[in-house]
Amino acid sequence: MSEATVADTRRLNSKPQDLTDAYGPPSNFLEIDVYDPQTIGVGRNRFTTYEVRMKTNLPIFKMKESCVRRRYSDFEWLKNELERDSKIVVPPLPGKALKRQLPFRGDEGIFEESFIEERRAGLEQFINRIAGHPLAQNERCLHMFLQEESIDRNYIPGKVRQ
Amino acid sequence: MSFFSFGQTAEIDIVLNDAETRKKVEHKTEDGKRDKYFLFYDGETVSGKINVTLKNPGKRLEHQGIKIEFIGQIELYFDRGNHHEFVSLVKDLARPGEMAQSQTFDFEFTHVEKPYESYTGQNVKLRYFLRATISRRLNDICKEMDIVVHTLSTYPELNSSIKMEVGIEDCLHIEFEYNKSKYHLKDVIVGKIYFLLVRIKIKHMEIDIIKRETTGTGPNVYHENDTIAKYEIMDGAPVRGESIPIRLFLAGYEMTPTMRDINKKFSVRYYLNLVLIDEEERRYFKQQEITLWRKGDIVRKSMSHQAAIASQRFEGSASSEKALSQAKDEDD
Repeated sequence: MSEATVADTRRLNSKPQDLTDAYGPPSNFLEIDVYDPQTIGVGRNRFTTYEVRMKTNLPIFKMKESCVRRRYSDFEWLKNELERDSKIVVPPLPGKALKRQLPFRGDEGIFEESFIEERRAGLEQFINRIAGHPLAQNERCLHMFLQEESIDRNYIPGKVRQ
Repeated sequence: MSFFSFGQTAEIDIVLNDAETRKKVEHKTEDGKRDKYFLFYDGETVSGKINVTLKNPGKRLEHQGIKIEFIGQIELYFDRGNHHEFVSLVKDLARPGEMAQSQTFDFEFTHVEKPYESYTGQNVKLRYFLRATISRRLNDICKEMDIVVHTLSTYPELNSSIKMEVGIEDCLHIEFEYNKSKYHLKDVIVGKIYFLLVRIKIKHMEIDIIKRETTGTGPNVYHENDTIAKYEIMDGAPVRGESIPIRLFLAGYEMTPTMRDINKKFSVRYYLNLVLIDEEERRYFKQQEITLWRKGDIVRKSMSHQAAIASQRFEGSASSEKALSQAKDEDD
């Protein structure tokens, strides 16, 4: 029997794809928008909140659509919770801008429109990156941040199962 | 080398008997250069001549004996002083005495065992060489000639495919399949990746070939990983039910056969690493060992048989199957 010196490179057999899978919505739909910054309060007690709106079809999230208001320190809280409880390398937040909070500035400091827009974009990138992480999706803190009206800082940290 | 104008010195030249016909192959040296060396296989006889040429005419060369050795040794870079010789053969060519003029000596190492393949790596080197020595009171005159040894195997009797389902629960499930577990160095890896569940946003997928050189034993084991190849097999986001084919030609990459626990000193193993990268640059990977072996060169059969096999590359061709069996009948 002669030995073939040309390798057989034909494709392996594969199952044909179901058309509803091929043309249906993908199972990885996850979109989070951070927008509509609103500055609340007067004088030195002002702060800015952003609307965080999520749309998804991932089964791990209880609500397929949610809409909450969050401020910068809420994002910081989420980052700290994830850094402590999970093994994830958490992406960076946009800067704290402490210099902008000092008095005697020529502009509005942290309430300057261009700064708020820069921060909004950074927060949007941050939350999209972390919410798409398979390990972060198991953390209670992420679900509370995205889908509960307010953040209970005295919550019991834990994991979420599907 | 003698710096004194009196006394005698000599040059040694080692010449193989089959230097004209024997094949030479390229082999990487320790500093990364590529040189050509004579190729030998296990069991082959190593025979030739050494030419001893006296440098200063008229003077005699006093010596304590002339010999030639055939050595196979393993050298660990972090332990340079200790050479581990696994083959050591010696032939005495001349008893102590005097040489009045240049001379040639014949030698033959019959059917020499060469159990391992020559290897130059990151932390270890396995080499075979001939060493001719003229022993003298103060300093010996030495000449070494390296050769390269290849170890050949035949098609393994058992060569099962690798098929496995892996993933992250509720996030990503894939089934990967590679057509064989043992590949020769000019083989083709044919496989596929089937997506069962895709809840992450995949950007692309690649398959890497990783070479791992392991040296040392016990607590001093040291692994050196080297990515030999990166080959993108998919660009874009797959969905459930999609099958991505793999066709990776190994001949284009510089690889050695798998070497397992050579003389209990080192190993060289190869792994296929399937890597998926998502939109946020997160990497998901699955590593799988494959065995590489070296196939001997085979004299080509009739051209028609070759052509028939080549036409079979296009899947599901009934006419090509007929042509193949016809060509085979003509061949036999």
